[in-house]
Amino acid sequence: MPGHSTPSQTVGPFFSIGLKHMNRADLAEGSTSERLTIRGSVLDGDGQPVPDAVLEIWQADADGRYHHPEHSAVPNDATPFFGFGRIPTDAHGRFSFTTVKPGPVYGPDGKPQAPHLQISVFMRGLLKQLVTRLYFPEEPLNAADPVFQVVPESRRKTLIARQASQKQNTLEWNVCLQGGDETVFFDC
Amino acid sequence: MKPLLGYRKPAPGTQPNHLYPPYVSSIKRAPKHPLVSIPVTLSETTGPSFPTEVASPKAFDLTRQHKGEPLGERITVSGRVLDEDGRPIRNTLVEIWQANAAGRYLHKNDQHDAPLDPNFTGVGRTFTDEDGRYRFITVRPGAYPWKNHYNAWRPQHIHFSLFGPAFATRLVTQMYFPGDPLLEFDPIFHSVPEEAARRRLISSFDWLSTEPDLSLGFRFDIVLRGREATPLER
Repeated sequence: MPGHSTPSQTVGPFFSIGLKHMNRADLAEGSTSERLTIRGSVLDGDGQPVPDAVLEIWQADADGRYHHPEHSAVPNDATPFFGFGRIPTDAHGRFSFTTVKPGPVYGPDGKPQAPHLQISVFMRGLLKQLVTRLYFPEEPLNAADPVFQVVPESRRKTLIARQASQKQNTLEWNVCLQGGDETVFFDC
Repeated sequence: MKPLLGYRKPAPGTQPNHLYPPYVSSIKRAPKHPLVSIPVTLSETTGPSFPTEVASPKAFDLTRQHKGEPLGERITVSGRVLDEDGRPIRNTLVEIWQANAAGRYLHKNDQHDAPLDPNFTGVGRTFTDEDGRYRFITVRPGAYPWKNHYNAWRPQHIHFSLFGPAFATRLVTQMYFPGDPLLEFDPIFHSVPEEAARRRLISSFDWLSTEPDLSLGFRFDIVLRGREATPLER
């Protein structure tokens, strides 16, 4: 008999005791591809940093494969690219993690999606997670990406990380919960 | 290429909205723009699976993590993790955390003037079995005050975090206890619009898992989003 999914409830202020065992800020582990650092802040409606948020990342490997039975499980891979990260913000609302740029994964029409990270954001005050994506700067596939295309043009920039000035292989990207730069969040 | 099936959208009223002003913290943290609906892609229908080392075989028992036993009422919490079609979700990670019997979390920001228990961390993990079953042994958490409004108290609850098969099935929720008088006044519980949906957050007292001379049993089944039907099934 079909049922309804259990309602979501906030992680509350003390989630770190339960979730920190799997904090994982190095998603590049086991990959030989070029490493990237992605860093930024989570900001609330007053522009204040959020020191009690946690980001969860899910991404494909550098060849565009999700390590999942529905796509491209590699069970015997000696160093499987796990694809999952869990990164809490620090006392100043900042986060930083290392990963590799994922390859393009095909989209609903068989055409490639632009490389992107799937990101869930949890914190006190959020009754359910917020879901967003991080896209990469100067990526030619961005324009034709099926998800990017449904986002109003004026808001697309909130999904694209910026090259950090004077710091190679480092990208910056903020999660803005409200305000003029409010990040695009998805219903998916 | 097979058409990709997404995960069902929740029925209206069965999930909280991001903004629920009685829960004051949501006011500055809920987005103002409506969520953007997107097509189904592999990025949502895939998700992480975790090696069994993530949850040691002992991690389901929160009463055996220290030299002594924690204070409080010993309980077991068990149930099944199912999808919306009633199919078991196998081998999925379940993470829980909770306050101790006095209503205090082992967290530096918890300022409630109630004692910590040196024999209780309040953290458990396990994987569901082939039938989607899970089980934890713990103590009943205490209620505790919070600053949301005057004389605000959270009902007794245990936090649950689950992944399921896909990024789209990720769920963090809270399990409550039957008959808790504080539920009526709790804005987090009441952020779920429909009463029938709220009731799904309340565990039931369970004789079957109540062990003589040992512990009371509570049952809490968890339902994760189900897959959309194929055109044929529709």
